[in-house]
Amino acid sequence: MTIYLPIAEVSVSAFLILGIGALVGMLSGLFGVGGGFLITPLLFFVGIPPAVAVATSANQIVASSVSALLAHLRRRNVDLVMGSVLLVGGLAGSALGVVGFNILRRLGQVDLAVSLCYVVFLGIVGGMMLAESVRALMRQRAGAVPKRRRHNWVHALPFKMKFRVSGLYISVIPPLMVGLLVGVLAAIMGVGGGFIMVPAMIYLLGMPTKVVIGTSLFQILFVTAFTTMLHAVTSQSVDLVLALLLIVGGVIGAQVGTRVGARMKAEQLRILLALLVLAVCLQLGLELVLRPSDLYSIEATR
Amino acid sequence: MIRLARLLPLLLALAAPVAAQERLVLGLSQEEVAITATFDGDDLLLFGAIARNAPPPDEPAQVAVTISGPVRPVTVRHMERRFGIWMNTQHVEIDAAPSYYAVATSAPLEEVLTHTEDMRHSVTLPYAIRSVGNQVLNSADYSEALMRLRGRQGFYRLMEGEVDLQQSTLFRVRLTLPANLTEGLYEARILLTREGQVIDELTTQIPVFKVGLERWLYNLAHNLPFLYGLLALSLAAGAGWAASAAFALLRR
Repeated sequence: MTIYLPIAEVSVSAFLILGIGALVGMLSGLFGVGGGFLITPLLFFVGIPPAVAVATSANQIVASSVSALLAHLRRRNVDLVMGSVLLVGGLAGSALGVVGFNILRRLGQVDLAVSLCYVVFLGIVGGMMLAESVRALMRQRAGAVPKRRRHNWVHALPFKMKFRVSGLYISVIPPLMVGLLVGVLAAIMGVGGGFIMVPAMIYLLGMPTKVVIGTSLFQILFVTAFTTMLHAVTSQSVDLVLALLLIVGGVIGAQVGTRVGARMKAEQLRILLALLVLAVCLQLGLELVLRPSDLYSIEATR
Repeated sequence: MIRLARLLPLLLALAAPVAAQERLVLGLSQEEVAITATFDGDDLLLFGAIARNAPPPDEPAQVAVTISGPVRPVTVRHMERRFGIWMNTQHVEIDAAPSYYAVATSAPLEEVLTHTEDMRHSVTLPYAIRSVGNQVLNSADYSEALMRLRGRQGFYRLMEGEVDLQQSTLFRVRLTLPANLTEGLYEARILLTREGQVIDELTTQIPVFKVGLERWLYNLAHNLPFLYGLLALSLAAGAGWAASAAFALLRR
């Protein structure tokens, strides 16, 4: 069944889009990532114009994170205080990122910048996560108790605040900076930023894994909602029909993912996410290095 | 007197066409193309006849048909390898390129039109793109790339010999419009030629527009973007909440 998308102005198979939505929704519930780093490239692949793909995936992430966040709230896995601090940084970062994005678009280097960002960040994050999880898993096998909270430079900063749900008493500066960085990347890469935030919360802020997923969903929800509005107002590139199809697939997938995630060990989850992140990184990296099939590309300017 | 006044133009019309002895008469299978939610391309049948007031010359008449979608600016970018990475290094702005362009002829192109006539009437794609006032130095590679890429996507077509011309009088051609149409006024041109020279030309417009829900959403997005954004967000939040609530119910 094909459907004509009013804003994207392309005709696509409805089931294909539903499937993409379900796949990404499942990842969202499983890992607490928005799934934008997968959905945007997948939409490019089925022929949706980049601007529409980026804006609409932001809207889809809103839906899947509401759904997954509610599931986490019910299990009391959300640190609302920490989420709010991250969000303040995130909104500022998102506004900064939109300015940067528009400059890159004028220079005609958006595709390259986005790909490079993906390769660099996915590579670092995926590699670190994989190494850490494998080490943790091996320590477990050996029967040793993992050392939980380490004191590092994060604990030496001023403006300390109590985050009761996370069991932390740390400065607000690191979470604000993490939020800011994620906000910038969210606007430039068209993603929620969970794949950066989740490891940053675990390794930098030292939050417990169970709370990390729900809290990152909280921040992602509001940042992507803000991004959706920005895109809708400035470039009219949010496609409601496309979003609705992705959402219907996504909300179902998110519920399934949350359920499966609750039954899996945190280390296993992290290894799986790390492998997925590295696979996407490798794919995008190859595209940068290998000779493209056509050296020219066209873009209709309106 | 009144009757004479009515007759006069007709009499003049009959007396006048000594120069143009053959004229085109045209019909279309549909007056417009409506883009609905389930639109996945459309077939357009264009048919017509050559009206004559004298027997035709020995040399056979030929017909060329062009259909052009709305004309929009396009940026063509060129990639080069820098620091081991493929990146866009140069670009050319083509001010006006048709979003869709098809040429159909009743015989191989060189038999239907001479090069001069092709250029003068901007029939084939290179002339159709250039005709709208494009002046870019060294842009040949770029416009070639545009034609190649859009051709591969099915937006630019050359259909030689696909106009069915019967007894040098009746003609018809079936044009397939792709699913990913840009809306706007499509211009159809029919050229009647003999010995490579154009002897009559007719143009007609086919509106291609979104209708129903598609139209409503498009207008809302462009006229009331803030409201559209709010609608998108509330739909997303509502769907997310509904799914969560439904699954919570299922679990009980």
